Amino acid sequence: MEHAFYTLQDFLLYTKGWAYILMGASLVVFVAYWKFLFSRDKD
Amino acid sequence: MTTETVSKKSLLTPFNVITGLILVMGAALTVWRFGWGIGAVTNLDNNNPWGLWIGFDLLCGVVLAAGGFVTSSAVYLFGMKKHHAAVRPAILTAFLGYLFVVIALQYDLGRPWRLPYPFVVQSGTTSMLFEVGLCVALYLTVLFLEFSPAALEWLGLKRLRNLIHKLTIALTIFGVVLSTLHQSSLGALYIIAPAKLHPLWYSTYLPTFFFISAIAAGLSMVMLEGWLTHKPLHDKMSEEYLAQHDDLYFGFAKGASFVLMGYFFIKVIGIAVDNEWNLLGTGWGQWFLFELLGFVLLPSVLYAIGTREKNLKLIRWTSLLTVLGIILNRLNVSVIAFNWHLPSEMRYVPSWQEIGVTVFVCTMLVVTFKFIATRMPIFYDHPEYKDEH
Repeated sequence: MEHAFYTLQDFLLYTKGWAYILMGASLVVFVAYWKFLFSRDKD
Repeated sequence: MTTETVSKKSLLTPFNVITGLILVMGAALTVWRFGWGIGAVTNLDNNNPWGLWIGFDLLCGVVLAAGGFVTSSAVYLFGMKKHHAAVRPAILTAFLGYLFVVIALQYDLGRPWRLPYPFVVQSGTTSMLFEVGLCVALYLTVLFLEFSPAALEWLGLKRLRNLIHKLTIALTIFGVVLSTLHQSSLGALYIIAPAKLHPLWYSTYLPTFFFISAIAAGLSMVMLEGWLTHKPLHDKMSEEYLAQHDDLYFGFAKGASFVLMGYFFIKVIGIAVDNEWNLLGTGWGQWFLFELLGFVLLPSVLYAIGTREKNLKLIRWTSLLTVLGIILNRLNVSVIAFNWHLPSEMRYVPSWQEIGVTVFVCTMLVVTFKFIATRMPIFYDHPEYKDEH
């Protein structure tokens, strides 16, 4: 993922943007993963 | 056949012979190291002042001893009483793990009589090494106290045992606090070396990585240790321990699976924050992905499948995979990806003497564990204290 940065703000906007997207994705994955892990306990 | 012949024969087991040879070699290496200095037995130099003894004996020793605080906090603080029988083996492993970390550290430091120096002769309390030293010293004391009821029951010192037993919750809380501090501080030690550690392993989140991975390592080590001791120490295990055995695996595998998934995500977020995506395509990047996918994501998924399918065998092998992955991670940070930019002739490769001392220390740990576990109430409850939990 090569990307040209001209200012610090440019860099932070890019990296933080990715970090926030991944954090959001992780929250969704954790809920789904938790359900996957514990779903058979009810049986 | 007389009794004498039987006992003589039983002493010459393959385990005893190999152990004996390693201990003799270790004793000779100890004399060599302390008699002729660190330069005589190691490949360490000014570029690589920390080698295998720090990377494996200390970093791996500490992280693999995390089972103590993980198990005791699960049982005493989070109320998972059904796993109670696993506490003593986990505490014993942790206590011996830390004890031999400190012993192994003497080989690296030299002058063992100066061990208390950081607490009296030092240039300030803001040093990360001071924090690690203080935490390990305090936590080793806590582990000694947590382990001591088993030894006191064995020795028949009832009053002292009952007194220390009353401190269980306080010691557990203290243990969790100290473990949180020094497990993460060991990662923080490498934050001062951004120019030496490869960017894929270097992160300002290193303390978090070290702490989260320590939880997964602790859970996996308890399962691995249960697997390895199941056969040789089966006759020492109580019915309660054996009855809880399968449940412990399924419960801990779930925990480890979830923690590893969290660890995987924060590692990926670490790459995003430092914008290191382009490095993943390099040779180092492939090595990094091998560690991340093969020893973090894969065990997380395998634990999940194992616990859903109630597949004990899969969980056991996954615990081994996880432990190997944690060892690989610590060696990557401290040795393999450290000084990565140096030409190959200046890179550090441990000498056979360094490897010999490491094998010697690990063997002493196993022998001490066996000595204690075959004599003291570790895998069973002492008959006089059976209903106390």
